[in-house]
Amino acid sequence: MVAAATLRRPAAQEAGARLTVDSVAHAFEIRGAALPVLDRISLDVEPGAFVALLGPSGCGKSTLLRLVAGLEPPDEGRIAVDGARVSGPDPSRLLVFQDPTLYPWRTVRGNVALGLEARGLGRERAARADAALRLVGLDGFAEVYPHQLSGGMAQRAALARALVNDPRLLLLDEPLGKLDALTRLAMQAEILRLWQETRFTALLVTHDVEEALVLAERVIVLSDRPAAIRADIRVERPYPRHRDDPELVRLRREILGILGQPT
Amino acid sequence: MASLTSLAGAAPHAPALPRPPLPALGAGAAWLALAGATYALPEAGDFPYTASFAGGALGAGLALPVLALLAGRLGRAGASLTHWTPWLAVVALAFLAWELVTAKFGLLPMPFFPPPQAILEVFLEDWPKLGGSILASLKLLAGGYLVGAALGFAAGVAIGWSKAVGYWAHPVLRFVGPLPATAWLPLAFFVFPSSWSASTFLVALATGFPVTVLTWSGVAGVNKAYFDVARTLGASPRFLVLRVAIPAALPHVFVGLFMGLGGSFAVLVVAEMLGVKSGLGWYLQWAQGWAAYANMYAALIVMALMCSGLITLLFRLRDRVLSWQKGLVQW
Repeated sequence: MVAAATLRRPAAQEAGARLTVDSVAHAFEIRGAALPVLDRISLDVEPGAFVALLGPSGCGKSTLLRLVAGLEPPDEGRIAVDGARVSGPDPSRLLVFQDPTLYPWRTVRGNVALGLEARGLGRERAARADAALRLVGLDGFAEVYPHQLSGGMAQRAALARALVNDPRLLLLDEPLGKLDALTRLAMQAEILRLWQETRFTALLVTHDVEEALVLAERVIVLSDRPAAIRADIRVERPYPRHRDDPELVRLRREILGILGQPT
Repeated sequence: MASLTSLAGAAPHAPALPRPPLPALGAGAAWLALAGATYALPEAGDFPYTASFAGGALGAGLALPVLALLAGRLGRAGASLTHWTPWLAVVALAFLAWELVTAKFGLLPMPFFPPPQAILEVFLEDWPKLGGSILASLKLLAGGYLVGAALGFAAGVAIGWSKAVGYWAHPVLRFVGPLPATAWLPLAFFVFPSSWSASTFLVALATGFPVTVLTWSGVAGVNKAYFDVARTLGASPRFLVLRVAIPAALPHVFVGLFMGLGGSFAVLVVAEMLGVKSGLGWYLQWAQGWAAYANMYAALIVMALMCSGLITLLFRLRDRVLSWQKGLVQW
């Protein structure tokens, strides 16, 4: 199916997946008491779109991503990708975590090749892993162990570990949350470039309003727990965007107002 | 030779000049003093290997300064020699003190505290029996340790991974595990068909318990996010156990293997003393029975070398397997 040793799909398959979230509600059980985290969320993401989920920390954004990834089933409602109900994890829908969670006992190449290995795709595994490392600018680090990488490099490796599987839907759970400000800016540009080159559908969870506005075509603002959709804002500005763009500054003020923050 | 001539020649302040090997000269002097005292002083007793021991010390005393001069050209061996030179000096002084208080001045009661040359005599005369004992011990230890480590590892993974196995195994482990393996000794020797199989069982038991518990805690403590990562990437349950849980638990497993090895030494010696009629434990017992105290010390030295060697071997294996870890303790 997938051309070996390359990450680009044929043009027909290039577009990302369509994601449909239909009245999804979810609760955690903490010492016998139900703690609702998602309150009937409905959401439709077009193929190839870049959507940001913005909300206060602890509001349930990450839970929504875990449900979409298929790591847990939702209590209520339905999640579908390209019309097919999500019933478990699948390598076409990949989650990039806040922590890179690279396996310390594997080299960077071994970590990136993890998905290929797990699915028994032995052929040209190393070559595809190296191609993914080149894509994220980590060529030359294939033989290195994770503890020798900086935070930004480790997160790049985690991105490569996802991208090597040609995901059609990339779920980004605050992937830049723990990076320093400069690395963060560089990685935002990097994610944008990867999205423009490979055209997966991207769903980014963040609590950084500027990050959402610089990256996403659509910003969905969530309320405090249990999360419900407060606003769905289209950001119609060309890339690359500048954070001083008056339109973005206006949207930032608007979103902070929705979140109840002084502007 | 070039360095020797430049040393003898001019330019004492030249920066490239090698430092005179003072520590090596000191160590050499200590060995020469040992040789002189051993050979020249009259001794209270009849020790056929006094001259040989003195000769060995003389050789060490002469060789040390020469080797130290050549250390720069001997590569790693040279660096290692430089590192251990102070220790070599202290060892010579310890031998000298030992020699003086035993053979020479008779300050310690004789049959119980033999001089170094008496132990040298044991090594040179009784080596076939001593060597056979080492082999017998190693064979018993290897069998029991490998069986115990393998079963303990498998049990630990099963308990850590499967709730059902954990439910049934945990109480048994808690009840039986802390019992010292040596307590099973009387039972084992009449339940098992041979004392060899009984001893293997005891060594395996002593190894198995720590390996099981540490493997179990290692598998149970694996970062749950590692499993999330693998599951989203399409990993099967088999992949999760073999490629995620086990590698992540290996640092714990090695702690268990070290504890198990220590425990297995203790059981090995006791089993050999009480049941098996071979091995270093039996040699110790036999030597003590015949009041052959020099043989006993020789066996103790050999046993220390064997145990230390095996621990070193396990450290080497760990360094190889866990080379990805940072900050490993150096043995």
